[in-house]
Amino acid sequence: MASGVKPRVKVPKTAAVGEAVTIKTLISHPMESGQRKDKDGNTIPRSIINRFTCDFNGENVLDVKMEPAISTNPFFEFEATVPEAGEFKFTWYDDDGSVYEETKTITIG
Amino acid sequence: MEMTRRTAMATGACAVLISGLPMRASAAAEGMIAEFTGGAAIGEGDITLTTPEIAENGNTVPIEVSSDNAVAIMVLAMGNPTPGVANFEFGTLAASRAASTRIRLAGTQDVVAIAKLEDGSFVQASNTVKVTIGGCGG
Repeated sequence: MASGVKPRVKVPKTAAVGEAVTIKTLISHPMESGQRKDKDGNTIPRSIINRFTCDFNGENVLDVKMEPAISTNPFFEFEATVPEAGEFKFTWYDDDGSVYEETKTITIG
Repeated sequence: MEMTRRTAMATGACAVLISGLPMRASAAAEGMIAEFTGGAAIGEGDITLTTPEIAENGNTVPIEVSSDNAVAIMVLAMGNPTPGVANFEFGTLAASRAASTRIRLAGTQDVVAIAKLEDGSFVQASNTVKVTIGGCGG
């Protein structure tokens, strides 16, 4: 398990029915690309988050397959439609099998 | 001008370098593109790739891809050791077929975005990004 991995998500608290909201997601993760060498000359093995998904009330909004070329502390910004009040679920899948999750509720108002 | 052996060797070495390097990167990239498109022809049109002209730090280069009708967008960095960057798939609740992120670029190179549109066709956009400090830990 990569240590110190912390997700941070920015979602508006309320939205009108059918409104498009901007979502920003950040997760602290070194995204070790597998290209670097340590001081002894050994290649540091790849260890990245390879997939990020965003679902709302069980329906998929975005599914990103990620490669080592995504920067350290992966950041994504995108827009989602809010058909009703509910919960956004964000999931990050690590190479080492760890899964990180964050949820945010949004109400209609 | 007399072609000395030194000049001939230098010219030969340069030619090999120029033809060899891009071919290696693009073979892997060609494979990824073929897998994404299934060999279909790629046109131009409904895909916008926004990148900075000059990236001060190759470790974190902000990019944005957007399209009106894309179902999925694949981004490649043609000059990185491995060209794949990300594959965005938009679900039913994606308000706009757009996403922003930050990527690593090893050096000055072309960034390519290929979109699979709702009607099954493919379009692509490509930008050259100048990188002052490379971003692959080298």
